[in-house]
Amino acid sequence: MTEQTSDFELVIRPKYGLFDLNWKELKEYHELLYFLALREIKIRYKQTVMGASWAVLQPLFTMIVFTLIFGGLAQMPSEGIPYALFSYSGLLLWTYFQNALTASGNSLVGNAQLLSKVYLPRIFIPTAPCLAGVVDYLIAMTILAAMMVYYQFMPTATVLLLPVIVLLTLLLAAGTGYWLSSICVKYRDVKFALPFFVQLLMFVSPVIYPASILGGNLQWLLALNPLTGLLNAHRAVLLGHVPVDYVGLAISAVITLVIFFSGILYLRQTEKYFADLV
Amino acid sequence: MTAKKDRPIIEVKHLSKQYQIGMDRTYKRFSESFTNAVCHPFRTIRKTTQQKDSFWALKDVNFEVERGEVLGIIGRNGAGKSTLLKVLSRITYPTEGEIVMRGRVGSLLEVGTGFHPELTGRENIYFNGAILGMKKREIDDKFDEIVKFSGVEKFLDTPVKRYSSGMQVRLAFSVAAHLEPEILLVDEVLAVGDAAFQKKCLGKMGEVAKEGRTVLFVSHNMSMIASLCTKGILLEEGVVTKNGSMDKVIDAYLNSGQEATGQIVFSKNFPGDNEAVLRSARILNKDGTPITSADIDEDIFIEMEYELFKDDMRVYPNFHVYDQYGQPVFVTSDSKLDSKCTLKCKAGTYISKCCIPANTLNSNTYHILFALTSVYPLHVHFVEKDLLFITVNDPIEGILSRPEGYSGPVPGAIRPVLEWTLSGPIEKDRDDML
Repeated sequence: MTEQTSDFELVIRPKYGLFDLNWKELKEYHELLYFLALREIKIRYKQTVMGASWAVLQPLFTMIVFTLIFGGLAQMPSEGIPYALFSYSGLLLWTYFQNALTASGNSLVGNAQLLSKVYLPRIFIPTAPCLAGVVDYLIAMTILAAMMVYYQFMPTATVLLLPVIVLLTLLLAAGTGYWLSSICVKYRDVKFALPFFVQLLMFVSPVIYPASILGGNLQWLLALNPLTGLLNAHRAVLLGHVPVDYVGLAISAVITLVIFFSGILYLRQTEKYFADLV
Repeated sequence: MTAKKDRPIIEVKHLSKQYQIGMDRTYKRFSESFTNAVCHPFRTIRKTTQQKDSFWALKDVNFEVERGEVLGIIGRNGAGKSTLLKVLSRITYPTEGEIVMRGRVGSLLEVGTGFHPELTGRENIYFNGAILGMKKREIDDKFDEIVKFSGVEKFLDTPVKRYSSGMQVRLAFSVAAHLEPEILLVDEVLAVGDAAFQKKCLGKMGEVAKEGRTVLFVSHNMSMIASLCTKGILLEEGVVTKNGSMDKVIDAYLNSGQEATGQIVFSKNFPGDNEAVLRSARILNKDGTPITSADIDEDIFIEMEYELFKDDMRVYPNFHVYDQYGQPVFVTSDSKLDSKCTLKCKAGTYISKCCIPANTLNSNTYHILFALTSVYPLHVHFVEKDLLFITVNDPIEGILSRPEGYSGPVPGAIRPVLEWTLSGPIEKDRDDML
């Protein structure tokens, strides 16, 4: 559909190949992705009193509530570490994923004006909120660092894997976001189903409970959820309380990449009619 | 490279764009599609293969634009002008055909796209620039120029939501005007802002055209189109009906839809709404014959027949007269139905007629807009632009508004004969003069 050759010949056709991803154009426009992400970051906490501290407060309060209920009353096992530290390290990554996915899933419909007025690589729109969310993640990370000092935990050398884990989570949020936001252009049901879906997802992921509490014959089910490997590895590399489950991480990585690339393909195939439907 | 230069910068070949109309195609719910698919599997399959409710916004459009040309695209509302620009700027995709563009494309389909109310003027300049395809370095280089052009220096660090709408438009246009693509697509952006700013924009557009960049320009403003464009195309119902020099295309546009008889009688698709519709429109001479031209010293009558479907309507019929460049000359309405609107109309058919007295209009072609508004509550039933035209001729000889012995053009949109007085040492040298 769109090809750009070196001497600027642009051909617009009704159809294009399945794998015509047009990397060149994405490179050409990469600054726009940066500006879109920057816009997300800048407007997120405009006209709020607390500003960016919301990035910390969200997982912090959730952690306090869960620590009181599950850690205190329900005596939830937590792999032998303080429950507050256990749940916060999970909620940290989960909050990032949740916010990125929600924003990404609603992004195309939310930016209807952009879609129908200017051309830009459509894929940037659901990608930008996933990038912007990393800033919140880093801000919320400071609380974890403080808690680790308080509870006297030292990250091991495997902490070097952390960027990879965060990147995989980003790809997972973006890939799911590509699917959901594209579907949402045609079927607005996504807008209502998404918060519900995200909430359910939290309870089938080892965010506030360890994967080990599920019986052995149900473990495989949890392993199919790509967040399982990511959350477990995230906790393990930061706290070093258990060895990193590389097999689990690899399974998650494969599922994540499948979702990410299939999401790109689906978005590319459906973007033709975005401007007509949105 | 030379071969590239010789080829047209834009080639549009057999371009067609089909839109689906009707609610169900544009906005579907999962449950609906799901139950449809389960309950009527065959119907659902058939529906996806052959879609009934569709129309062609563009049908087999072909044209070429040479490097450095300024092409005007004109046509009535719904003729497909905006769709054409949308397809050219890759916002939406063609259903059939192909477009080849040999240059970087920038489009100004609506200024201020992507402006975020919470961001400051400065932040929006960068963001909007990036959306329009500018590089950060380009924006850095032109930042001062953009700010100066917009005249919002003092409010650069204020969120745009605190700006007046005029300021927002000025800032948005300034960003867009500093875009430097090889092909620029423009859609009516100049219809915004105050007169002074419009003039500034017009100057900028002319500059862009002179720089040898290729511009495609959609507008209803014929004087603007005529002054900026060298070539043009006329779109009618998605089809290019005229392609050539701008003057000829404008002529064709102005004469299109015009019945040579000086009247339009609607038989179906009456313009209007469920309260009132236009049935016919006429331009008549004093004998009641429909005309398309009149001498400058003849009375011209404009008439419209409309039907009201409701009782107790306070209607306000009005005619707008435009010159050949689309500039309004005057608006007239029935002064009996004044602002107090004491006259109520029952349902039925009415004819409103007004007379433009002899020696009012200049020798030119004028377009008449027919409109019907009702007040209490204020509501516009129909506004039909360029429905009919009247060419006013100047017979040169024996015309009050022209000195004897002068046969050149008399400037002005109107040419009334007015009451004059003269005082001073008058010397009579002809017997017939008193």
